[in-house]
Amino acid sequence: MPIDKIARRTLAGLAALSACVAISAMPTAALADEQYFGIPSNRVGPYAAMGTGYYGGIIDYLNYVNLKGGVNGVKLTWTECETEYNAARTVECYQRLLHNGDKKLVVFDTLGTPGAYAVINRMAPDQVVLAQYGYGRTDAADGAVWPWVFNAAGQYWAQSTAHLNFIAQKEGGIEKMKGKTLVHLHIDTAYGREPIPAMREVAKQWGFKLVEIAVPPPGLEQQSQWLQIRREKADWVTFWGAGSGMNSTAITTAARIGFPRDKMLYVTFGGAEEDMIPAGDAAKGTFVAANAVPGKWPLIQDIEKVVYGGGNGNLQNPQRIGTAYYNRGVGAAVMWVEALKNAQKIHGKVGKEVHGAEFRDGYEALDITPEKLKELGIDGMLAPFKLSCAKHDGAEHWRMMQWNGSKFDIVSDWVGPNDPKFIRTMIEDSAAKYAAENKITPRTCP
Amino acid sequence: MFYREAGQFHTSYAQDTQLFPLRQDRVGMAITLLAAFALPAVANDYWLSAILIPWLILALVALGQNILMGYAGQLSLGSAGFMAVGAFACYNFILRIDGIPFVLAVLLSGVCAAIIGIVFGLPSLRIRGLYLAVATLASQFFIVWALDKFGWFKNYDTSGVITTQPIIIFGHNFATPAEKYWVVLVIVAVLTLLAKNLARGSVGRAWMAVRDMDVAAEVMGLSLLRTKLQAFAISSFYCGVGGALFAFAYLQTVEPSAFTIDLSFRILFMVIIGGLGTIMGSFLGAAFILLIPVFLNIVFHAAFGHHVDSTLTSALEQVIFGATIIAFLILEPLGLARLWQLTKERLRLWPFSH
Repeated sequence: MPIDKIARRTLAGLAALSACVAISAMPTAALADEQYFGIPSNRVGPYAAMGTGYYGGIIDYLNYVNLKGGVNGVKLTWTECETEYNAARTVECYQRLLHNGDKKLVVFDTLGTPGAYAVINRMAPDQVVLAQYGYGRTDAADGAVWPWVFNAAGQYWAQSTAHLNFIAQKEGGIEKMKGKTLVHLHIDTAYGREPIPAMREVAKQWGFKLVEIAVPPPGLEQQSQWLQIRREKADWVTFWGAGSGMNSTAITTAARIGFPRDKMLYVTFGGAEEDMIPAGDAAKGTFVAANAVPGKWPLIQDIEKVVYGGGNGNLQNPQRIGTAYYNRGVGAAVMWVEALKNAQKIHGKVGKEVHGAEFRDGYEALDITPEKLKELGIDGMLAPFKLSCAKHDGAEHWRMMQWNGSKFDIVSDWVGPNDPKFIRTMIEDSAAKYAAENKITPRTCP
Repeated sequence: MFYREAGQFHTSYAQDTQLFPLRQDRVGMAITLLAAFALPAVANDYWLSAILIPWLILALVALGQNILMGYAGQLSLGSAGFMAVGAFACYNFILRIDGIPFVLAVLLSGVCAAIIGIVFGLPSLRIRGLYLAVATLASQFFIVWALDKFGWFKNYDTSGVITTQPIIIFGHNFATPAEKYWVVLVIVAVLTLLAKNLARGSVGRAWMAVRDMDVAAEVMGLSLLRTKLQAFAISSFYCGVGGALFAFAYLQTVEPSAFTIDLSFRILFMVIIGGLGTIMGSFLGAAFILLIPVFLNIVFHAAFGHHVDSTLTSALEQVIFGATIIAFLILEPLGLARLWQLTKERLRLWPFSH
């Protein structure tokens, strides 16, 4: 058969297939009182372990809320889109998910700094909330400049200084930090460099030597970096990696050059079971910061019973229920649902669908008290926090854990930066610079 | 029946050497262009901002890569790096020169990329083929590293990213997807026309002579230095303009690591799948590489919804995408442009095949 004939037939087949799909995908007459969410998941590639756990947690929680009767009777619906953790694909997904029939997106969560940066300037004109759950642009914590961007699980400047605070506690006080050498080993992207400004300031204040060493992505080869760490005679390493390949390579390379694992402190995005297990026994002793503590908290148990018991679970491997990424996803979805409840209440739309601006008000009104956490069944999993017009970053507290070879042991209470006021000043300065450069007039907050 | 040249006589050289000698082609092209300009009237924002704009931009970059690889035969792997040069140069031109017209800034950033392209094209005078590809890899890594390392390029942004300025031409802010699409369309159309004319003129012939046998080309009096560096410069110019548009009309917030080796490979695949040494192939190849994964993702989610585990469908999409690439390469090694050409030849005879 001539080639063009084959091609023509294939094309005709494809066209027919897509036509069928288009017909089957026609929006059925929307029932009243549904709230639509878009899920930009990444389930393939080097960051798949992160994406499947996190978005699995989100979807399971939405399902769970539906099975419990919805949010004041409003049913939650969602559509997924695959981003492959790629900024250009994230933009495509965002545009695709923005409108769904007559529904419009209210919140977007890219689980990754590159994706967040790619869509961050589309949020205000489109009236969509960017919920960066513990990642993304730090100075978006200034709600006056960034009304549509939130960081409910804390930003990287607070996290990195919380790391330093924890290290100081281990060393026996801030004064003991003088003269110490600390290596910040990071992936060479905006995400890896994000905490550096705050760390430099603290290094100056406390008098320790900060050495910044970059690992080019994807970071599967780190021999020279670790040899440099040995040459510097580092006392501690703070590790800012991405993807379980890079994260486990750091551990195995550290083991090879004999750097003690209990002097390594991992960022939230490197610290999950999927990052530790590939490194085997070498991972034992590694410290990790968590914004959502793994474990079977009462809510997680209930999800397991209600959602997985009914065969509606999203995880392929139910063993992953209660792991770090999964619980983080549940935490993020809890914020969505609590924000939705607030939005319904504030705008007198209880039991009705809300739109982007109303959802934003609801998110800004989040006040997660310890009592609230207890009521939700996640007391201890998340740190309590309160957002406001000006303050768009949440908890600013992390729990430090240590890998014991098969699971994480929690080794500290919630740790925050030593001087949160100072971090806040840095954030406001940086946001003010951004506003001036881009001719944004910050709104006035009470 | 409709697509044949019978009765069309060319009575002067000008007629014979025109861009589209066939009347049907001229009419077809006019209709295509008109349709392209009128498209925003019917297309929604998703189509414009998530499909058409990136497609046109990547087609332009693929065209640049095609000039170097398809016409001049210099295997290069640095196209994403040159895109990065264009993106960051354009940002800095607009930031630092008050009131510079947008189009001028875009063209100047193309020139910046061209200059860097010439520098990294120098090894091509001594090495060829795969070895050259490895040498041009250096440009990819060096450029991204330099942009990461020196804060000046990013105006010392604490996060190491740039937020592009609005596109302002003659005092009008091109902000909506439709307006951005028009800007991209005009620039891409003009540059494509230019490339087509370059490729069929003496410059293009020199490139092809060097591609087919550089020793013979040199013996015939072509300067290898000039021809090769010219190809590198023009190719990088196209990549630079594409990069500037990619940043300004598509992503809007860019970090240097958006222009990774991964993107360079994608552009290389676009050229190979589309057809080496063809203008049309750059557009078809860009559509193939960019749109098939999106299309598969939409189809799978629409067909299976929540019933099938999306981890499985996401993996399946990649498998099918890979299989399609292999299938097309086996069915038509000369690329999608060749399929298009064969279809046209058949159309000439249709419906009487003898």
